[in-house]
Amino acid sequence: MELIREQDAVEIKERLKALVNPVRLVHFTQELNLDYGREAKLLLEELAALSDHLSVEVYNFLLDKEKVAEYGVDKVPATVVRNGKDYGIRFYGLPAGYEFSSLLDAIVSVSRADSALSPETRRKLAQIAEPVHLQVFVTPT
Amino acid sequence: MENDLVQADCIEAMEFPDLAARYRVQAVPKTVINRLHSIEGSLPEEFFVDEILKAVPPRPATEPAPDQSA
Repeated sequence: MELIREQDAVEIKERLKALVNPVRLVHFTQELNLDYGREAKLLLEELAALSDHLSVEVYNFLLDKEKVAEYGVDKVPATVVRNGKDYGIRFYGLPAGYEFSSLLDAIVSVSRADSALSPETRRKLAQIAEPVHLQVFVTPT
Repeated sequence: MENDLVQADCIEAMEFPDLAARYRVQAVPKTVINRLHSIEGSLPEEFFVDEILKAVPPRPATEPAPDQSA
């Protein structure tokens, strides 16, 4: 593996044993003019190789316009974490460092189709009656 | 996952500097809600949800039954 270190691969593989149902990582990228474009795609492919329940689909941001519109992706690199359903979970940028562990958490939750949130939180979230767009800014360190 | 109306993006601030600048992201994590409200830093789950609800009014209570005294 080029990006995921051997000892990390062992730990990640262990974590991914928690996967119950298949998870699709729908990735959008472009060939030219994209910092970390190659790394992001490679990282996801290496990650998907660590579990039979994980798969990666790659689309071109400039060419696959229908898919871009379908997922409402407006910048790249972008990764959608979904199973049979798209829950509206998007990772923008190279999912390294802090973002990588969040990506793993999302993968596990989506695989279980369970948010792992408390009953009280679920009750409150059920009250939301209009669109909510959360944008969480992070950095790798 | 709990509500189909909620979309959640995790955004690498250094790779999207224009977006980070637009929302004046100086320290992370920073959560922007519907492009208007923001939460600086990370919060325990219950407080985080309460902040979201502050930004979005909850579904109104069911309408009171009409007056049937007539």
